Amino acid sequence: MSSAITRAAGPAAGTRDDESRRAARRRATRRSQLAAFGFIAPVVVYIAVFFLYPIIRTGQLSLLDYDFQSYFSGEAPFIGLDNYAAIFANPVFTMVIRNTIVFTLVSLVFQYVIGLALAVFFSRRFPLSAVFRGLILIPWLLPVVVSATTWRWMLYKDYGLFNTLLGTDVAWLADPSWSLWGVILANIWLGIPFNLVLLYGGLQAIPGTLYEAAALDGAGAWHRFRHITWPLLRPVTAVTVLLGLIYTIKAFDIVWVITEGGPVDSSQTLATWSYKLSFEGGTEQSLSLGATVATLLFLVALVFGLIYIRSARKEVTG
Amino acid sequence: MKVRRIRTGTDVLIGTVLCAGLLFPLYWMINVSLTKPQDLARIPPYIFPLDPTFDGYRLALDKNLGALSTSMVIGLGTVVLTLLIALPAAYGMSKLRAPGTGAVLFMFLLAQMIPSVVLVTALFALYKQLGLLTTHVGLMLADSTASVPFAIILLQAFMRAIPDEILESARIDGAGRIRSFTAIVLPLSRNAVVTAGLFAFLFAWGDFLNAKTLTSGNEIVPITLALFRFIGAEVTNWNAVMASAVLASIPGTFLLVFAQRYVAAGVTAGAVKD
Repeated sequence: MSSAITRAAGPAAGTRDDESRRAARRRATRRSQLAAFGFIAPVVVYIAVFFLYPIIRTGQLSLLDYDFQSYFSGEAPFIGLDNYAAIFANPVFTMVIRNTIVFTLVSLVFQYVIGLALAVFFSRRFPLSAVFRGLILIPWLLPVVVSATTWRWMLYKDYGLFNTLLGTDVAWLADPSWSLWGVILANIWLGIPFNLVLLYGGLQAIPGTLYEAAALDGAGAWHRFRHITWPLLRPVTAVTVLLGLIYTIKAFDIVWVITEGGPVDSSQTLATWSYKLSFEGGTEQSLSLGATVATLLFLVALVFGLIYIRSARKEVTG
Repeated sequence: MKVRRIRTGTDVLIGTVLCAGLLFPLYWMINVSLTKPQDLARIPPYIFPLDPTFDGYRLALDKNLGALSTSMVIGLGTVVLTLLIALPAAYGMSKLRAPGTGAVLFMFLLAQMIPSVVLVTALFALYKQLGLLTTHVGLMLADSTASVPFAIILLQAFMRAIPDEILESARIDGAGRIRSFTAIVLPLSRNAVVTAGLFAFLFAWGDFLNAKTLTSGNEIVPITLALFRFIGAEVTNWNAVMASAVLASIPGTFLLVFAQRYVAAGVTAGAVKD
C-alpha cells in the first residue's frame, strides 16, 4: 500500500523515502548487532575478570611488598622492581631456569619421538588398532595427581618398581641429582597420548597415493618416511611441539605431587617455584615474590603462545 | 596371503605389547591397591595380586568418600557454570555475527596459554578481598577458567556448521533470536554440548592447583587434594593411597568407555583448538 503511494508521488519523494528506509535499515542493523552483542557480553565480562584482571593483578602484585603480614592485613606497599632484583639475585633462580629448560626440552623431545613412532605404527591398518589407540588415551583423561601419585610410588628408592626393573639403586625422589629426572620420566609418559593423537591425525591427512607412487618407484620404508611423511607432517609437528611446549612449561601438578620441587629445590621449575614462594614459605612466604616469578613465566608462555597462534593461523590459511 | 596374515599377527602382537607397556603404571596402581601392607615392601614386588585384600579400598572409602562427593559437586557445578557462560556466547559468535567475535576468540585462544599459577596467584588475592576463599562457587569459577575457553572454541566451531538457511526460515516463521537458539541451535548442537560438558567435568574433577590454593582446612577438599594429603599421612598404607587413586580414576575411565565418541570429538577439538 505505502509503496504504491510512494511510486505515485514521483521520483523526488521516492529518493527521500529510500534514504529514510536505508536509515531505518541501518538502525535495525545496529539494533540487531546490539542484541547479538548481548549474547557475548557475559563472556566479555568473564574474560575481563578471569583472564585480563589476573594478569594485571599478578603483574601489580610483583611490584608490591606483599609479605607474610599482608596475608592477614591485606596491606602491601609499592616497592617498584625490588622483587625482580631479589629474584634475579636469588641463587635458586639460575637452577630453576636450568630445570625449566631441561624439563621442557627433554620432555618434548621424547614425547614427540615416542608419539611419532607410535603414530606411524598405528597408521598400519590392523585389527584392534583403534581399540589400542583409545586405551592409550586413558592416562590423558585421568587427573594428573593420580598418575603422579602412581609414579611417586614406582620411583621410591627401596621398594619402588623402577629400581627393581632397572636393577639400579637410585633415590629418584630424594637424591637432588636425580629428582628432576624422575619427574621428567613421569612427564614424558604423561605427554605421549597427546602427541600420538595429534600426529596420528596429521598422518591420516597425508594422501595414501603418494606412498603407493613412491613404493612403485622403489622407495623403501625409510625413504618414504624421510621424503613424504616428514616434510608433509611439518605443519602438524609445529603445532604439536608448540602446544606441548606451552603445556609443559607451565606444568605444576606432576612436579608438585612427585617431589614438591625438592629436595632443596633440585626439581623446582618456574611454575612450582612461583607457587612455593607464594604459598609454602611459612613466615618467609611472599605473594609478591611468587607473583614476580609467575609474571616471568607468563611472559615466556605469551611469546610461545603468540608464535603458536601465528603458525596455527598460517596452517589454516595455507 | 600367508605373509600378510603373519604380518597382521605381528602388528597385533606389537600393538598389544606397546599398549600394555604404556598402560603399565595404571595396572601397577590397581595392583598395589590390592596388595597387603606387609607385601608392599617386598623385593621384588608381586607382579599379580594373587592374594588380594580390599582393606585398602575400605580405608580409602572411609577416609575419602566425602572428598569424592565434593569433587562430584564441584564438577557438576562447573559443568552448569561453563555451559551457562559458553552456550549463549558461542551462539552469538557463530550465528549472530556479534561485534567483537574475533577479539573474543583470540582472547580465548590466548587464555589457554596462561599458566594456571598466574591466574591462581591473582585469584587468591581477589578471593581474599571478596571472601570467596574456601567456597564452592569460588572453586567452581576458578575451575571454569580451564573449561570455558575450551567450550567456547568447540561450541562456536560446531554451531558455525549449522546452515544459516535453517535459521533464516525459522526467522520468517516469526522465531526471534532466543527462540532460534533454544528451539533450533541448541538441539542441533547436542553432541557438542555433551562433549563440552564432559570435558568441563573432567577438568574440574582433575583440578589440583585451584583447590590447593583457594581452599584451606577440611571444609572443601576435592579428591585430588585429599589424595595428595593422603600420601603424606599414610606412609605405610600405600594400598589405601592407590585405592584412592583408583577411585579418582573412575570418571575418566567411565567416560572413555561409555562416551567414547564424545571424548574423541573433544580430544580432536582440544588438540587442534580451531
